[in-house]
Amino acid sequence: MKTSNGAIDRIKVDYLARVEGEGGLDIVVKDGQVADLTLRIFEPPRFFEAFLRGRSYQEVPDITARICGICPVAYQMSACHALEKALGITVPPPVRSLRRLFYCAEWIQSHALHVYLLHAPDFLGYESAISMAEDPQWRPIVERGLRMKKIGNQLLALIGGREIHPVSACVGGFYRAPHKRELLALKGDLEWGLQAAMDTVTWTAGLTFPEFECDYEFVALSHPNEYPMNEGRVISSKGLDIAMEDFEAHFVEEHVAHSNALHSLRIHGGSYHVGPLARLNLNLERLSPQASMALRHCDIRFPSMNPFTSIIARSIEMVHAFEEALHIIETYERPEPSCVSVSPKSGEGCHITEAPRGILYHRYRLDDEGLVQEAQIIPPTSQNLRRMEDDLRAFVPTVLDLPLEQVTWRCEQLIRNYDPCISCATHFLKLRVQWR
Amino acid sequence: MNQTRTKEQARESKPRVAVFKFSSCDGCQLALLDAEDELLEVAGGIEIAYFLEARRQTLEGPYDVSLIEGSVTTPEEKERISDIRGQSKFLVTIGACATAGGIQALRNWCDVDDFIRLVYATPSYISTLKASTPIIEHVPVDFELKGCPINKYQLLDLITSLVIGRQPRVPTYSVCLECKRKGTPCVLVTKGIPCLGPVTQAGCGAICPAFNRGCYGCFGPMESPNPYALGERFAELGMPASHIVRLFRGFTGYADPFRAASDSFQEMKR
Repeated sequence: MKTSNGAIDRIKVDYLARVEGEGGLDIVVKDGQVADLTLRIFEPPRFFEAFLRGRSYQEVPDITARICGICPVAYQMSACHALEKALGITVPPPVRSLRRLFYCAEWIQSHALHVYLLHAPDFLGYESAISMAEDPQWRPIVERGLRMKKIGNQLLALIGGREIHPVSACVGGFYRAPHKRELLALKGDLEWGLQAAMDTVTWTAGLTFPEFECDYEFVALSHPNEYPMNEGRVISSKGLDIAMEDFEAHFVEEHVAHSNALHSLRIHGGSYHVGPLARLNLNLERLSPQASMALRHCDIRFPSMNPFTSIIARSIEMVHAFEEALHIIETYERPEPSCVSVSPKSGEGCHITEAPRGILYHRYRLDDEGLVQEAQIIPPTSQNLRRMEDDLRAFVPTVLDLPLEQVTWRCEQLIRNYDPCISCATHFLKLRVQWR
Repeated sequence: MNQTRTKEQARESKPRVAVFKFSSCDGCQLALLDAEDELLEVAGGIEIAYFLEARRQTLEGPYDVSLIEGSVTTPEEKERISDIRGQSKFLVTIGACATAGGIQALRNWCDVDDFIRLVYATPSYISTLKASTPIIEHVPVDFELKGCPINKYQLLDLITSLVIGRQPRVPTYSVCLECKRKGTPCVLVTKGIPCLGPVTQAGCGAICPAFNRGCYGCFGPMESPNPYALGERFAELGMPASHIVRLFRGFTGYADPFRAASDSFQEMKR
């Protein structure tokens, strides 16, 4: 909307597109500043933490996967690790390695989906990748992205049985571990994918980025000798360095009147940023050799404070994931047995893994039959929600000279920098829903 | 004559397909984007008029085909599904949430008000229905694709069927037939692992038994199943009634035959 003198006074997006789940945006502008901002989350609550109560520990990875169809592996991994801590078991190195391979597959499919189908169209002025592909100039690029995504999904389905809601991960390991020969059959595709990911970095680094930077507190896992996925400490760009077990002592969830989902905040601090950009900025020295090379040849410098460059971070992580997947496959030892035997007992455990969209926290308390008494899940998107709002407050005044349609689109693009998964963010028990 | 048609006219003659989301995880609509080899071809053969997960452009109804993901859990969703039904020639539900209420239908055995009172400072803000229900409880449905998630090849077959005007080829027999075809030894018979395969509709490709575990029924009840008899077999194998209840109350637990079976074993527990 515009005022009588032609100035923009309201930016409204009824339904955000190319995000997972349902949300909208409403910004009121006064005197060139944001007077009111509402990132509305009207995705209905599904009460996962409530109905997990009374379910057996071994059902939890299958159930939590259903929080998100795009990153089910992340939910399975955080759940398995947290429950293994509660039950006092550790998995042997071959299982650990297969879990990393499983996560590589999910990062590849999820990042390829976001980079090519959800985010790139914004940079190139297309409403979707479907329209992009109608242009002969871009069709081969979209096809490259689809093939990368397909390879990630093939690897995921080989390990997990299917791409969406895979069935093999369990507390203690896997119901079935693939044979080495099955994995080696994908080697050629993964080698192609590694090169395609290198090309993706070159391509995304050549896009035009709005000049916009924020003084972020980036939060990610950090591990002494690997790029973080399943293990590590929680660190931040502002000096935080804590064990996973202390997460709830440093981060708090807050109810906000205008939004339907809880926002996570640093205790005694503000919003923070999780996801590929945070992970990359905090773990530059842990990248695989080819990913390091891609980073060095890239015109954009990392650490980067420009949220729009998250598309490059995702691309670099795809290089890493393809390269690490190849390494794991070449050195693969099939876990025998595929799963550590588990006997139910009471206990409590929490764990964080790096979902494609950032850190994912799970905590469970079990009774002596191994039934869930209490569950707590903090997904990455709810951790980024407040940060998205802070970004928008800072960003909107810089683009108000543009026509309203352009401003609206830019705001959407800014939100899509975070690859928000609103289905994840609103699984909460403690959700406030206010209908318009 | 076709060659002289404008692009716009060609577009108009393509079936207009819309994808709508209700309470769900997004996984079933993702199945369409996961058809990487076919996606661009499909997008060329139909007009994707409304698909928020994939595109910014939204076109007004009416639609030839509306694919509905998710269950009805809020008053707003109840209104929205009637509205969409009114704009759709064919309405197809996709996935366990839309066809059976989904995993969130586990609330249907609890008192949602208890959850709310337990947790919320201001219960009056919460606008959610007591039950999570399948779309068919609210509006007539022309076709159902089951699964948590759906099988992308069944979705492609459905879209193709609608474009060329034939019946979709979706089997209604049990997962057992898929195991037999794959040559997977029966996990229930050979290992005594509780498996819902005998009462669950085929379509997944019998993945779980091939992964050394029992089927957990994510495609929902097959045509004319006998879940109660299967539950009795689990009991003979030594499975406590509480486990049997949980097994039936999974991703499609609110579908009639599974609901009735779980309720019976729940009674037995008492």
